[in-house]
Amino acid sequence: MAQNDQNETVKLIGTWSSPFALRARVALHLKSVKYEYLDEPDVLNAKSELLIKSNPIHKKVPVLIHGDVSICESLNIVQYVDEAWPSVPSILPSHPYDRANARFWAQYVDDKVFASLDAVGGAKDDEGRMAAAGKLMECLATLEEAFQKSSKGLGFFGGENLGFLDIACGTILGPVSVIEAFSGVKFLRQETTPGLIQWAEKFKAHEAVKPYMPTAEEFLAFAKKKFGVE
Amino acid sequence: MADEVILLDFWPSPFGVRARIALREKGIEFEYREENLRDKSPLLLEMNPVHKKIPVLIHNGKPVCESMNVVQYIDEVWSDKNPILLPSDPYQRAHARFLVDFIDTKLYEPADKIWQTKGEVQETAKKEYIEALKFLESELGDKPYFGGDNFGFVDIAITGYYIWFEASEKLGNFSIEPECLTLMASAKRCLQRESVVKSLPDPEKIVEFAFKIRKIYCV
Repeated sequence: MAQNDQNETVKLIGTWSSPFALRARVALHLKSVKYEYLDEPDVLNAKSELLIKSNPIHKKVPVLIHGDVSICESLNIVQYVDEAWPSVPSILPSHPYDRANARFWAQYVDDKVFASLDAVGGAKDDEGRMAAAGKLMECLATLEEAFQKSSKGLGFFGGENLGFLDIACGTILGPVSVIEAFSGVKFLRQETTPGLIQWAEKFKAHEAVKPYMPTAEEFLAFAKKKFGVE
Repeated sequence: MADEVILLDFWPSPFGVRARIALREKGIEFEYREENLRDKSPLLLEMNPVHKKIPVLIHNGKPVCESMNVVQYIDEVWSDKNPILLPSDPYQRAHARFLVDFIDTKLYEPADKIWQTKGEVQETAKKEYIEALKFLESELGDKPYFGGDNFGFVDIAITGYYIWFEASEKLGNFSIEPECLTLMASAKRCLQRESVVKSLPDPEKIVEFAFKIRKIYCV
């Protein structure tokens, strides 16, 4: 399959509340890519034909359609955007060790952090909720350590500039704010995760993130509607 | 300064074997260190404190974890050595990552159940496993390897499962080859490569190990 021209049309299928679609939007913004955004209004119950056709295996958002090819899985899309539009800024680091480190922690976020968030949300009783909350705290403490090492005091996981790992981690912030609002418990705290607290503000305020990231209030309203909670 | 390359590994691991194959494809000298997973070494716990799993590649004292992450790291550090494992075209790279993710989810989950369950759960797992292999076969098409003419990133990923085919068949009491002839032809090609032959444990030993593990974990 031939290399796709940077000038071929670009479309992104997403949904406003999806933390994963957010990753793709941030990456495309960083690279100043012009694209058509196609919103799936009810992705859980009524997927569009285009979504099913372009992501037949997983049928999930986001999907990037570039010319006649489609790319699925949010972290895969971010890497693709970095490589297909190799202009600055670079999203992934250039050194192989830093790249491997970024990929490792991004996978950690997807495998462990989102799983703990789901476990807190889906716990059936108080005991289950407490255990799940404990695991989430542990995950965030581990992420704090990773942040301190990776950022080297420069503000983002990527150092001075927002990069791959910031994009991967930033998307936990919406779900974390919802869990905090529902439970009344702060999971990101000054005492345990001071680096992440500061980083979260920088991330949310970044010009490539702000236009697309729902506010905590919007996330909460969405979650209340989704879970039928007042 | 000469490179110091150490691989912390476990001989029957379908994930560890990937790292071994990648190093040997590139002709990289490395020190193989066998881990006893029931008594993990202080070095493993220090180098992979998050997951405490093998394989871990320690390159000049710095650890790289997660098997396909290790393979990609090897390809990038030794980019001057052939073969190049990942394609250079961005879409081909994205597609390779997609297939590896498919292998490590849609193939891994039923494989794990075949190895550790029985009855109806195992039957369903066998169907899902074959379905996943058939999808991969359709992606392979008429190419000799997933990498096209050359053995590459996706081939290394799936070879971990190829080496467990015999054990899977014996544990599940089923036959894989009749279900996906073209994939099996590619598997045979992969299993004959020098880097793979040198990295492979004796298949009979894997079967023996698989039955031993099953006795412990099968509920």
